[in-house]
Amino acid sequence: MIARVVFLFVVSATLLSGCSSQSGSDTAHQVVLTGSSTVAPLMNEIGKRFEESHPGVRIDVQSGGSSRGIADARRGLADIGMVSRDLRSDENDLTAITIARDGIGLIVHSENPVQSLTNEQIVQIFTGQIENWSQVGGNDAPITVVNKAEGRSTLELFLKHFELNSKDIQADVVIGDNEQCVKTVAGNVNAIGYVSIGTAEFDANAGVPIRLLPLGGIIASIENVQNGTFPLSRPLNLVFTKQETNFPKGIVGELIEFALSPEMHEIIQEQYYVPVKP
Amino acid sequence: MFPSNRDAFLSWTIYGCGVFSAAIVVLILGFLIKESAPTLYHLDILRFFTDPSWHPSSSPPEYNLLPLIVATLLTTLGAIVIAAPLGIGSAIFSHFYASRVVGRAYGKVIELLAGIPSVVYGLWGLTVLVPLVSQWQPPGASLFTAIVILSIMILPTIALFAGAAFESLPKEHLQAAEALGLSRSRIVISVVLPASRTGLFTAIILGTGRAVGETMAVLMVAGNVVQTPYSLFQPVRTITANIALEMAYAMGDHRGALFVCGLLLMGIVIVLVSVAEWVSRGRVYG
Repeated sequence: MIARVVFLFVVSATLLSGCSSQSGSDTAHQVVLTGSSTVAPLMNEIGKRFEESHPGVRIDVQSGGSSRGIADARRGLADIGMVSRDLRSDENDLTAITIARDGIGLIVHSENPVQSLTNEQIVQIFTGQIENWSQVGGNDAPITVVNKAEGRSTLELFLKHFELNSKDIQADVVIGDNEQCVKTVAGNVNAIGYVSIGTAEFDANAGVPIRLLPLGGIIASIENVQNGTFPLSRPLNLVFTKQETNFPKGIVGELIEFALSPEMHEIIQEQYYVPVKP
Repeated sequence: MFPSNRDAFLSWTIYGCGVFSAAIVVLILGFLIKESAPTLYHLDILRFFTDPSWHPSSSPPEYNLLPLIVATLLTTLGAIVIAAPLGIGSAIFSHFYASRVVGRAYGKVIELLAGIPSVVYGLWGLTVLVPLVSQWQPPGASLFTAIVILSIMILPTIALFAGAAFESLPKEHLQAAEALGLSRSRIVISVVLPASRTGLFTAIILGTGRAVGETMAVLMVAGNVVQTPYSLFQPVRTITANIALEMAYAMGDHRGALFVCGLLLMGIVIVLVSVAEWVSRGRVYG
């Protein structure tokens, strides 16, 4: 009986110790990146190229949102955090390097006759003051407002740009990521939502029945995000704790410089993001 | 190895398996309590029921869980109301009406249905069912679509367990009924269903458990607007969908509140399991 009790203790001790171990990178040959689901696919591709030219190095990319990127970089759970917005004033313990830009565009179904909306109309649609497309020159049909779940950086940027509070938004559908928004709008002629312009252009070119609306008279295109004229755009940042040098030492710094190199522009464009001009 | 040694080895192994499984449950429960404790401690627990709504990242944050609880109960109840008669009916069909070959093939099809991953149902719901419903009752993603998807998903669970219940009926019951010259429908209604009701209850409870815990498929078709619905065609957000949508981005009390959601789900499951246990005890020994 005593032996069994001892055995029990050993088993539970093993289980408990498993819980408290750190999951950060222990070896010098692994770089862990966590954060924005917008930046993650891009860093995944860049990481693959980096692994090819640096044998023995492993790049581990996990998505989970910009907030996670900030938190993990601070706590040391990740070597680099991926954040798809400007750093806030209370985040100046971190350094951010912009590797590309992304724009957020409003999308409607391609059969929707409405060609453009003013900022005021957009605000009224998302706050429920305009509930029918006929009020903005479209069909006589109720508007389905597609919003993002709380915490997403796309939502934050959208709210900030239109000076809205998340409580004010009267949504009909709440979704998680960009692709789910595209699918929801593609499946509903009367829906309106907002996604990364990169995602929208990619899907529209692939034949998905969605259309990007211009904003303030400026066409929502990758080109206009790059030249900075499109009003609703955001930087894609790699963040890390402040160092004495510009970049972190060792393999982590090498990866960041690699991501900024002109050779990566092609990959950034393949992902429908916009490279930063050197 | 002496028989007694082998005996000891086996009993150790079995003992280990038992401890391990039990430890997992205890650890999960402990983890949920540990993560939600700070939030439960410094937020008034009543706020989870009396706040105006669920806006955990606005200022001041609001943490009302009632609309989520109502949505979870309504989707589950709706799915059970549809899937229980369908599932039990299809099990009756394959066991008592279909020919041997058809019944066996039918059973395999149901098993296949049970094995389809939930995200596949969700994708189908998002790209086919929601657009269909939206032409009829916009915006489409709603309590109704969630109930439809959930019913399809738990139907095989209920059918399989109901089938197992019929399988375990003593042969003598059926033989006696047939010897009396009872019609097939009379046998099913008066002999099979009453004799296997414990098994049928268990089947429904297991289906309920799956419906409560289902996340991905519901997340994709329910619309996920936090509100207490007053119509079948309004979007709702279930507790599981709430966790899945927001966990990756949640910080501080928002994160804690999501763990409270997890604790709540765990509580619901514990109640379900206890009910199932109580029902089977009551019937077997009562």
